[in-house]
Amino acid sequence: MPALEKKMILKEPLARVKGHGSAKDGVMHWIAQRLTSIALIPLMIWFVISLLMRLHENYHGFVAWIASPLTSVLLTLFVVTLFYHMWLGLKVVIEDYVSTPMKRYTTLIFLKFSLFFLATLSIFAILKIALGA
Amino acid sequence: MVEFALPKNSKITKGKEVKASGTPKNPRHVKVYRWNPDDAENPRLDDFEIDLDECGPMVLDALIKIKDQVDSTLTFRRSCREGICGSCAMNIDGTNTLACTKPIDEICGDIKIYPLPHMPVIKDLVPDLTQAYAQYTSIKPWLQNDSPVSSTKERLQSPEEREKLDGTWECILCFSCTTSCPSYWWNGDRYLGPAILLQAHRWIFDSRDDATGERLDELEDPFRLYRCHTIMNCTKTCPKGLNPAEKIADIKKKMVERV
Repeated sequence: MPALEKKMILKEPLARVKGHGSAKDGVMHWIAQRLTSIALIPLMIWFVISLLMRLHENYHGFVAWIASPLTSVLLTLFVVTLFYHMWLGLKVVIEDYVSTPMKRYTTLIFLKFSLFFLATLSIFAILKIALGA
Repeated sequence: MVEFALPKNSKITKGKEVKASGTPKNPRHVKVYRWNPDDAENPRLDDFEIDLDECGPMVLDALIKIKDQVDSTLTFRRSCREGICGSCAMNIDGTNTLACTKPIDEICGDIKIYPLPHMPVIKDLVPDLTQAYAQYTSIKPWLQNDSPVSSTKERLQSPEEREKLDGTWECILCFSCTTSCPSYWWNGDRYLGPAILLQAHRWIFDSRDDATGERLDELEDPFRLYRCHTIMNCTKTCPKGLNPAEKIADIKKKMVERV
């Protein structure tokens, strides 16, 4: 008999399938992923067009644009939505492909911290310009 | 991590070649995955040449011909030979389907036959479906209703209510869809897969069943239900022409309705 099974599992198949039960979680993730997608359509179009329209601007022109209230509010919304959407999507990708628990949780924690850091950094930069520090 | 390459002892080697006896008028090669649990050999791909003029029209006919006339050790499941029992589901010409309803003339070149993908193999074309059957049991595939049963009347259903079961009752649980789903390949221990979710839909949308809430509770899980990423391999491969992807989307909508 070839050694195919790494370890012997005698637990009943139904018990294995039932596992730890349902997490009673997932619907809010599903809704949030769709809502952020919808919100990102106008925000992304606005962001790209605004940048393209200001290609000729110098540094001061750009800073003045960001400092205007509407721009800084929209930019903050864009950054928050973008990084939240990124977290929702990348979390699923890691859960799909990284199955070793230790590796999975380490990657997820690293990802969450990185995205939080980048989002906070972006928001702080916007606020600094907007509030003219 | 996900294993993209086959483990060493699962690598498929070249098997034996068997020529058709005499001079075949309409020769065709059937390449079949073989694996025997009783020896320590790797799986192999045997090449049987058969005469299509001396064979029935379906892939199952070719397999039965080989088992009957060439190699009686060839092992596969079959029963009804008319696409209703779901026993002969296998990977034929790159797609999961039923050997009994797949016409040979739909296949160009060699006929390549493998067991359903990513399931443990018991022997040759026979996959181990223990986990899938346990998952089926876990969704409680029977009518649950707390209303008292009348001794004189059946639980009635209007034609409109009955219509909601169309597209699910036809499923024969052959698991062609489940074993074609990458999400099931990577996380099948927790994700229920399209066949089981389609069955869950059959009970969630049954007007005579009142356990809808409990059924949705059991499914609301990042893995059990939400590992479906609408890849649609299930719908593409279903030999009965059903649409499991759409039924899973229906369940996800039901989840939102109760938030």
